Amino acid sequence: MTALELAKKLKVKFGDLLSEPAEFRGEITLGIADAEQVAEVCRYARNDLDFNYLVDISSVDNYGEDPRWTIVYHLRGLTHGNELRLKTNVSEEKSELPTVTTVWKTANWHEREIYDMMGIRFRGHPDLRRILMWEGYPYFPLRKDFPLAGKPSELPGVAFTKPAPLEGGPFVTAPGGKDAIEREPRVRTPEG
Amino acid sequence: MATVQDIEIRDSAARAAQAADELQDSVGEKMVLNMGPSHPATHGVLRIVLELDGEIITKADPDVGYLHRGDEKIAENMTYTQFIPYTDRLDYLAPLANNVAYALAVEKLLGIEKDLPPRCQYIRVMCAELARISAHLLGLGAFAMDLGAVTVFLLTFTEREKIYNLAEAISGARLTTSYTRIGGVMRDLPPTWLEQCEQFCDEFIPALNEVEVLLTRNRIWVDRVRNLAVISKADAIDYGLSGPNLRGSGIEWDLRKNQPYLCYPDLEFDIPTGSVGDCYDRYLVRMEEMRQSVRILRQCIQKIPGGADNKTREPVNVTDGKVFLPPKEKVMSKMEELIHQFILVTQGMNCPPGEIYFGHENPKGELGFYLNSRGGGTPYRMKIRSPSFVNLSIIPKIFPGCLISDTVAILGSLDFVMGECDR
Repeated sequence: MTALELAKKLKVKFGDLLSEPAEFRGEITLGIADAEQVAEVCRYARNDLDFNYLVDISSVDNYGEDPRWTIVYHLRGLTHGNELRLKTNVSEEKSELPTVTTVWKTANWHEREIYDMMGIRFRGHPDLRRILMWEGYPYFPLRKDFPLAGKPSELPGVAFTKPAPLEGGPFVTAPGGKDAIEREPRVRTPEG
Repeated sequence: MATVQDIEIRDSAARAAQAADELQDSVGEKMVLNMGPSHPATHGVLRIVLELDGEIITKADPDVGYLHRGDEKIAENMTYTQFIPYTDRLDYLAPLANNVAYALAVEKLLGIEKDLPPRCQYIRVMCAELARISAHLLGLGAFAMDLGAVTVFLLTFTEREKIYNLAEAISGARLTTSYTRIGGVMRDLPPTWLEQCEQFCDEFIPALNEVEVLLTRNRIWVDRVRNLAVISKADAIDYGLSGPNLRGSGIEWDLRKNQPYLCYPDLEFDIPTGSVGDCYDRYLVRMEEMRQSVRILRQCIQKIPGGADNKTREPVNVTDGKVFLPPKEKVMSKMEELIHQFILVTQGMNCPPGEIYFGHENPKGELGFYLNSRGGGTPYRMKIRSPSFVNLSIIPKIFPGCLISDTVAILGSLDFVMGECDR
C-alpha cells in the first residue's frame, strides 16, 4: 500500500476534518482543520494504519499571518515503510493544542522543544518544561520577532547581550524579510 | 574587581528532585546525585539528575541544552550554501556524513537529487561510510575506556587518525570539512586518494580484529555490558530510536536499504541487528557496521566511474548554473556564467516554495532536515531532527533499576554527541 492510499484511508475516516492529500517531491501532506483533533487522528494513524514511528515534530512561525503557528508531524510505518506528514494550525491567542505523548512516547521531548523554542503549549503533556534553554528564560528564541542577535536576559554573560558582531553588516542577510530581495544585504539601504 | 552575585536556583529538575527528596525522607533514604554536565563519561555536556536508593538508580532526569547554539535560527538567516559549515558542527565526530545529509536535503527540495552525476554519488557514499567508521571508532573507544579498557581507545584513535588524513586530502580540513556543495562536492578526489583509501581498508580490518579479540569475549567486558539496559522492540520504536540503537533492539531498519538514496542500491551490504537489545548488542551492531562500511568502501573503489585519476573527465557536479557555481574560467569570459555566479553568491539558489523532509542514515542514527521554503535563497524554517536528541530521551525509561556504575556503560552504548543533540 502506498502513502497516498493510506492518506486517502485516513481522509475517508475523518472526512472534512482533513484536507485533500497534497504531494510535493514524493511526500504526502495532510492538513488537519481543527488542532483539537490532532491526537485522535494520530491515534488512528498509529493503531489502524500502522504508522508506529514518529520521526519528528516541528513548528513553523507564520509571523504576520493568522493563524500564526503551524505544527508539523512526520509519521512513518516501519512495517510498510511509508511516510506521511500531518499539519495543523494554531492561533496565537490560543497557542495550545493536545499532546500526542499518549500516542508515541518520543513526542515528549519534541513537544518540550517546541514549547521551549516557540512557546506553544501542549495540553496533557506530562512534563512541559524548557529543554534547550534554561528554566526561567523569558523569551522564545525561534519566533520570527526574536532578533538573531538575542536579547538581554537576567543572567548576564550567559546568553548574548550584545548584537552579534556581523548583524546589519554588508554581507549578512536580514532576518524576517518576506522574500530574498528584502533579506538580501546589497539591496538594503544602510540604517543609521 | 570581582563581584559576587547570588543566583536563585532556577533549575526545575534539581528543585523537583529536592522536593521529592524531602517528601520521601520520612519513608526511606533516597539521595539525589548530580552527574555532569562536565563528567568524562557524558561525552560532552550532558547532565543527569539521578535519584538513588543506595546504589540503585530510582529516577533519572537528563538535562540537555548546554551546547545550544541556535543552529535552526541561524539557518533562517543565511543562504542554503552558507549553512554547510554549520553542519560540520552538528555531529562533530562525523562531519562528512552531515555534509552529505544536508546537501541531499536541499537537493531534494530543488528536485535535482536524481541529476547528481554517478561519480559524485560514489564520492559521497565513500565520505559517509568513512565518517561512519570514524564515529563508531570514537564511540567504541570512549565506551571501552569508560569501562577501564584503555588499550582499545589507543587502537581506535590510531585508525581514526588515518581517516582524518583522508578527510584532509579531499577537503583540506581534518574536522571542519564542509566538503559537499548543493549539487555536488567541493572538488574532485585527489589522484592518489583511492589508493590511500584502499590502504586504509587493508590496515583497518586487522586493527578491528584486534579490538574484537580484546573485547568481544572478554569476561570483564561481557559481564559489564550483557543484559544491561535492555530496550525492547516496542520501546525502541515508541521512543523513536534510530541507527545502531534501533537495530541493536532487533529491528531491521536502515535508511540506506529502506529508503535508498545515492548509489546505495548498486552496492551490496548487510544490516546487522541485535537479538536482545542490551548494551552488548549495540556494541556488536556497531562492530559489524564498521566491517560492512569497509565492504561498501571496497566496492566503491572498484566501481567509481572515472577511476582514481578521472581520465575520462567524469563530472562531479550538476551542470545547472542556477544551482552550482559555474567553472571559474567561464565566469571570467562569459556573460551568462558571470550572472549565475553573482546571483548564487549574493542571493543563493532560488528554491521553490514547499516543504520536504529528508532523513539520512548517519552514524548515530537518522539525521533529518525538515526544510520549509517560501521561495528564494534562504529557508523559511529549518528543523534538524538529530538522532542523539531522540536517542537520549529514552534515559528516564532505561536507567531506573540499574546500578550507578552502570550509567557509564549505558551512556557509552547509546553513543550520543551533544553538539548534535543541542544544535
